Amino acid sequence: MLKTYTYPKFAYVQPEEQKNRSAARYPVVIVGAGPVGMAAAIDCRLHGIPVVLLDEDDTVSIGSRGVCYAKRALEILDRLGVGDRVVDKGVSWNVGRTFFHEEEVFNFNLLPEPDHKRPGMINLQQYYLEQYLVERCVELGVDMRWKNRVVSVQRMSDQVRLTIETPDGTYGIEADWLIAADGAKSPIRKLMNLEVEGKIFHDRFLIADVVMKADFPAERWFWFDPPFHPNQSVLLHRQADNVWRIDFQLGWDADPEEEKKPEKVIPRIKAMLGDEREFELEWVSVYTFQCRRMQEFRHGRVLFVGDAAHQVSPFGARGANSGIQDTDNLIWKLKLVMDGKAPEKLLDTYSSERVAAADENIMNSTRSTDFITPKSNASRLFRNAVLTLAEHHAFARALVNSGRLSVPAFLTDSPLNTPDEDEFSGRMVPGAPMDDAPVGVDGRKEWLLDQLGGKGFQLLYFTDVAERLGDKLDRLRELTVDAVPVEPIIVSEKAGSVAGARVLHDLQHLVAKRYDAREGSVILLRPDQHVAARWRKFDAHKVRAAVARATCNQ
Amino acid sequence: MALTLTPNFSEPGKRYFRAFSPGDDFYEMLIDTHRDLDDTQSALLNAKLILLLANHVGDLSVLREALALARQDI
Repeated sequence: MLKTYTYPKFAYVQPEEQKNRSAARYPVVIVGAGPVGMAAAIDCRLHGIPVVLLDEDDTVSIGSRGVCYAKRALEILDRLGVGDRVVDKGVSWNVGRTFFHEEEVFNFNLLPEPDHKRPGMINLQQYYLEQYLVERCVELGVDMRWKNRVVSVQRMSDQVRLTIETPDGTYGIEADWLIAADGAKSPIRKLMNLEVEGKIFHDRFLIADVVMKADFPAERWFWFDPPFHPNQSVLLHRQADNVWRIDFQLGWDADPEEEKKPEKVIPRIKAMLGDEREFELEWVSVYTFQCRRMQEFRHGRVLFVGDAAHQVSPFGARGANSGIQDTDNLIWKLKLVMDGKAPEKLLDTYSSERVAAADENIMNSTRSTDFITPKSNASRLFRNAVLTLAEHHAFARALVNSGRLSVPAFLTDSPLNTPDEDEFSGRMVPGAPMDDAPVGVDGRKEWLLDQLGGKGFQLLYFTDVAERLGDKLDRLRELTVDAVPVEPIIVSEKAGSVAGARVLHDLQHLVAKRYDAREGSVILLRPDQHVAARWRKFDAHKVRAAVARATCNQ
Repeated sequence: MALTLTPNFSEPGKRYFRAFSPGDDFYEMLIDTHRDLDDTQSALLNAKLILLLANHVGDLSVLREALALARQDI
């Protein structure tokens, strides 16, 4: 029981098919009602797919756990319909400060580029995110089954059969597709005898949530080797409800049970804050971590997402953030396959694209871990030399690695991209996660990313003379009735309307600038807000070929 | 030519989407090069590395500046 939060308890209801001893088959079954499983469930419902969500427990995350939600995850949560609640409750911050011994040596601003809707990152206890996601799942009619634990998985060529244990005994269920979002220890992965390979780090961290009235700004503070905790690192950042998260590196030899005791934790925090600040201990945990992933995230009709598929060190907040991006990549592909509009091999690109992203996340979080917790004298010497130089020299500040905060991967090697044939500059290359920008819609100021993504492909057509599109407009509108439809959207420096196409008013010319677009440029967008292709001139054949390529329909 | 003190790492032909990537690439290479060496071996490696890079830089005025900055705060 926390002082600032009461864990909800969700009612277990005996499943109909268990009560009636009847068989049931569902298009999609998801295992694990954490942030990633619920994001997948909500996205399925937004695509009109009925979904059963199984969870062995009946409440939200115990303890604050994942507390940093990065810009890209927030943009996806916006699309899923919980972004505002998360951001309103969360603590927004952009500035991070890094200390070595007693001195501040470095600070960074996570979002130096203005005119994006969402900040670089917000802090919020995981239980709030889960609570909002549960409520959204219920609103959208997800069949949520608490206290339902999967005890066997049987893979068939056209379905997956599950045996599920409830307080009333066991029952069977059939699924066309199974999404395993059951966490780092994934029982589904174990039941299927699948391996997950990587590196265990020999270190322990203590996390403490404390309630305090401390006079700290909403910033992230990171200490290397501070006087109050010699030879180790400490991280302090603020969450909602005046709860502060403090991470203490303990070293491998620490005894987790001993370190968790309040009489051990409280003096540590007092030493850090100075004795005069009052605080109450809310929650304490000791953790170790691993950086590893499965070889493939797709195994026939079973799709692994989030920690079940890949795990990273906590530095950089790449766990839940990357898991939410997994679902963003997966669900539109699954929908096309289920509708017979794309071959099953499109789902293999879920695996290859997210494996590439997981490797980038593992690489970055491993590098942060090696910088924060050097494992050799040489490594420690270089780390301290960088921190010493960082006080005076910009090049050394750039080398200080206290966590490279979660940013989405550029899927530049994806087979779904159509390579450029025209000259473009800037970073919105095929495979790029889209940059946001302010746009005008019917006279209101809105955001580009809020206008895009979700169900289908879209084509941005940049023109300031929309009224003179002539029969090009017909060619654009014809794309909407293709088997895999494409919605044309006019982006113009002038406000206005066009029959049969939405118009986004490029209020500050930032869309054109960020995408290096000129009069007549077109950009094909995937449903997960990644650039699929771009040209200087609209050609319907090329657009259709690129859509075919992006859906494995070539 | 003055000593470069702003971030300067890159690899010809490689495109970086994140400002921290080339520096982190270098740092990983540096630490990896020291893997499994004892302290004496590491110190020797560092000395050889400084000599190799100093010869590459060549310009004694740049090296003088670097030497002076390295000596600071010690």
